[in-house]
Amino acid sequence: MAQNTNLRVYLDNNYPKTSGRLPDGVVKVLQGPFALWFKIGYGRYLFGLLIMIAIPILIDPEIIPAFEGLDSPIPFIQGGFGIRVLVVTGIWILLALGLNVVVGMAGLLDLGYVAFFMLGAYTTAFMTSSGGDDQFHIVVWPNIASLPFAVLVCVLAGVALGIPTLRLRGDYLAIVTLGFHEIVRQTANNLTITNGSRGIPGIERPDLGFPESIGGFSTEFGVLSSHTYWLFLLIPAIILAVIMIRHLEDSRIGRYWTAIREDEVAASAMGVPVVKMKVLAFAIGASTSGVAGWIFAGYATFISPNNFPLLYSILILCAVVIGGLGSISGAVLGAILVTGLPEVVREASGGQTVFGFDPETGRIAIFGFLLIVVMIFRPGGLLAPRRRRVELSEAGAAEGVIVDESAGKQKDQLAGSATLTETRQKGDT
Amino acid sequence: MDCNSALIGPQIVTGLILGFLYALIALGYTMVYGVLKLINFAHDVIFATGGIFVFYAFGLWFGITDPVAGPELVLTVTVALLAGGIASAVSAAALERFAYRPLRRRNAARLSYLITAIGASFFMTYMYQQDFLLGTGKRQFPNYMDRQSAIFDSLMGTRVTDIMFLLVITSIVCLVILDRFINQTRTGRSIRALSEDITASQLMGVNIDRVIVTTFVVGGFFAGIAGVLYGMRFGNVVFNMGFIPGIKAFTAAVLGGIGNIRGAMLGALALGLIENVSSVCIGSEWKNVIAFSVLVLVLVFKPTGLMGERMGG
Repeated sequence: MAQNTNLRVYLDNNYPKTSGRLPDGVVKVLQGPFALWFKIGYGRYLFGLLIMIAIPILIDPEIIPAFEGLDSPIPFIQGGFGIRVLVVTGIWILLALGLNVVVGMAGLLDLGYVAFFMLGAYTTAFMTSSGGDDQFHIVVWPNIASLPFAVLVCVLAGVALGIPTLRLRGDYLAIVTLGFHEIVRQTANNLTITNGSRGIPGIERPDLGFPESIGGFSTEFGVLSSHTYWLFLLIPAIILAVIMIRHLEDSRIGRYWTAIREDEVAASAMGVPVVKMKVLAFAIGASTSGVAGWIFAGYATFISPNNFPLLYSILILCAVVIGGLGSISGAVLGAILVTGLPEVVREASGGQTVFGFDPETGRIAIFGFLLIVVMIFRPGGLLAPRRRRVELSEAGAAEGVIVDESAGKQKDQLAGSATLTETRQKGDT
Repeated sequence: MDCNSALIGPQIVTGLILGFLYALIALGYTMVYGVLKLINFAHDVIFATGGIFVFYAFGLWFGITDPVAGPELVLTVTVALLAGGIASAVSAAALERFAYRPLRRRNAARLSYLITAIGASFFMTYMYQQDFLLGTGKRQFPNYMDRQSAIFDSLMGTRVTDIMFLLVITSIVCLVILDRFINQTRTGRSIRALSEDITASQLMGVNIDRVIVTTFVVGGFFAGIAGVLYGMRFGNVVFNMGFIPGIKAFTAAVLGGIGNIRGAMLGALALGLIENVSSVCIGSEWKNVIAFSVLVLVLVFKPTGLMGERMGG
C-alpha cells in the first residue's frame, strides 16, 4: 500500500479535531520531516535503534570510557539503577508485544501469559550450568544454546494448551489460562528438580563471543555481566519482535486474526480456519515470552516460582490494554507505564509511600482502576491502532480510508473526516 | 499413591465443610453468569469485602474480640453475618453500577467486560493491601465465637468445631432460601427469564437494570456471608483472601454447570471432596494443582458441567 505522504491529509484522516486548529505554516514546516519519515522506510527501525542506544548512554554516561565521571542529565533513573530499570522494562516490552498478539490481535483473553515466560526461564536454567550443582540441569550447554529451546518449549506449550482449550467459549479461555499459570507455578514450587520454592541459583550468563574490548571499552570478557550490555541484547530482540509482528499484522494471518476477533462465527463461515489461527496466535505470542524468559534467566541468574506471580500476568494485560489493544506502539508504551514508571516514582519518593500508596503494590490498584476507566471511556487504549479506529465505524470505514494525494478532492476528504469525527464521539461516550 | 484409609474419613468431613463454603461463593458466579453470560472475576473481592468489613466493624470499631456466650452469641453472630452480607451486597451493586452498566450501555465487546472485571478485582484487592486499609500481613479476625469448643468430638475421626457446624448450617439455610427465591418469587422468575433471553424479557416488561442489580446484590450477599464464615473458620483475614477461594468456587460453578444454581451447590461439594481426599493420596501441596486440573478437564470434556446450564430447578 502506497503510504500517503501529505501531512495535512494524514492529519485530517487521523486527527480531524486537531488538524483544524493547526495553522498551515506549521504543517508546511513539518511536511519535510513527515515525508522523510515515510521515505526512509525500514530506516525507521534504524532510527529507533539509534534512539534506544542513546538512552542508556544518557542514563549512565560512564558506560563509555570517554565520558568517565560525567553525570546523567536525567533525574531519578540515572546510573546503574536506571539501566536496571531499563532492562526490566525491556523484558516487559517483549512480554507485552507477545501478549498483544494474543489479546489485541486475535482477541483471546490470556490470563496466564507469564506461565510461558516462566517456562522459557526454567528451560534456560535446566540447560545451562547453574550454581556448580548438577541436580538442576538436564544438559550443560552454553547459555546461548538454550535460546532456541526456550522458544521451542514456549511455542509447544502454547500449542499444547491451545489445542484443547481454544475450542472453548472465549470467557472460559480466560479462566483456563489463569489455571494454567497456577498449575505451572505450583508444579515448579513442588518438584525437586526445580528446587521448589528455593529456586535455581547461579544460572550462567550468555557468552556472546564479544572480543575483550570494543572501541576502547571493555566488554568484561565478552560475558554479559554488566547490566548495560543486556540492553544491547534486548534492543535488537525488541526490534526483531516488532518487525515480525508488524509483518504478521499486515499478512493474511493478521487479517484472519482481525476477522476472528471481530466476529468468530462470520469468520468461520467465510472459511477462516478459526482454531488453527487461534493456536497460531497462542504459539507466536508465547515465542516472544520464550525470548524474554531466556533473557530474564541469564540476567537475574536466579529464578524461583516467586519471580512469576499471577499478578504479573494481570499487570502485562494492564500494559497491553492501557497502551491500546492491537497496537504495537501501545504495547511498548503500556509496558513502560506499568514497569518503568512505578520504579521512577519509587526512586523519586525515596521509598516512602506516595499519597498513602506503596509504589510496588499501589501500582496494581491504580492500573486495575485504569483498566476499568480505559474500557469505559477509551476502549481503544491510549494509542489505539489506526485500523481499530476505522473499524469502530462501520459506516465511516469506507470513506475514512480515502487517501488522496492531490488536494483536488477536498470534498471527499471533508466527508471522510466528518464521519470519523462522528465515530470518535460515538466511541468516546 | 498411598491412600491411607484412616486419613480419608476426616478428609471427607473437612472436604464437605469446605465445599459448603465454596457453594456460598459459587452462587454469585453462577447467578451473574446465568443472567449476563459474564464471568464476574471481581466476585472474589466481593467475598473478601464481607470478611474485611466485619473485621473492621467488630474488631476495630465495636471491640468485640473475646468469645461471648448465650443469647449474646446468637445476636453477635447474626449481626456479623448480616453485616458482612450487606457490605458485600453494597460493593457488588456498586460494581455493577459503575463498572458493568456503562459497558452495557455502550454494547461493549465481551472482552471489555472481562478486562473490566479483572481491573475491578485487582483495584479492590490492592487497595485493601495499602497501609491505610489492611496492610500486607494477615490480620486476626475478631474472636467473638469460641474457636476451640467442638460440637462433635469425633465425626468420622475429625473434630467438628462449633464454627464449622455453624458454617454448614448457614450454608444449607442460604442455599434453600436462594433456591426458593429463584424458583418461587416474582423477582426470581424475572431472573430466570433474563437467563433465558434478555431481549425477550425486556419486551415483556421486565426492568432488566433492576433485575441485574438484584442478581449482583443477592450473589454478593451470600458471598459476604461466606467471607464472614471464612474469617471465623480460619481466624484471620488478608487482603487477597478471596483469590484462591474465588477461583475454586468458580471451578465448582463450572463443574456443576455454570448458570445452574443447584449445580453450583453440587459442584462445590464435589470439589471440596476431590480436593481434600486427593490431598491425602497425592499430597496437600498439590491441592491447588488438582483443583485447577479438574477445571481444565471439565471444561475440555464436559463444558456444560454435571447438571447442565439451565438456571431454574
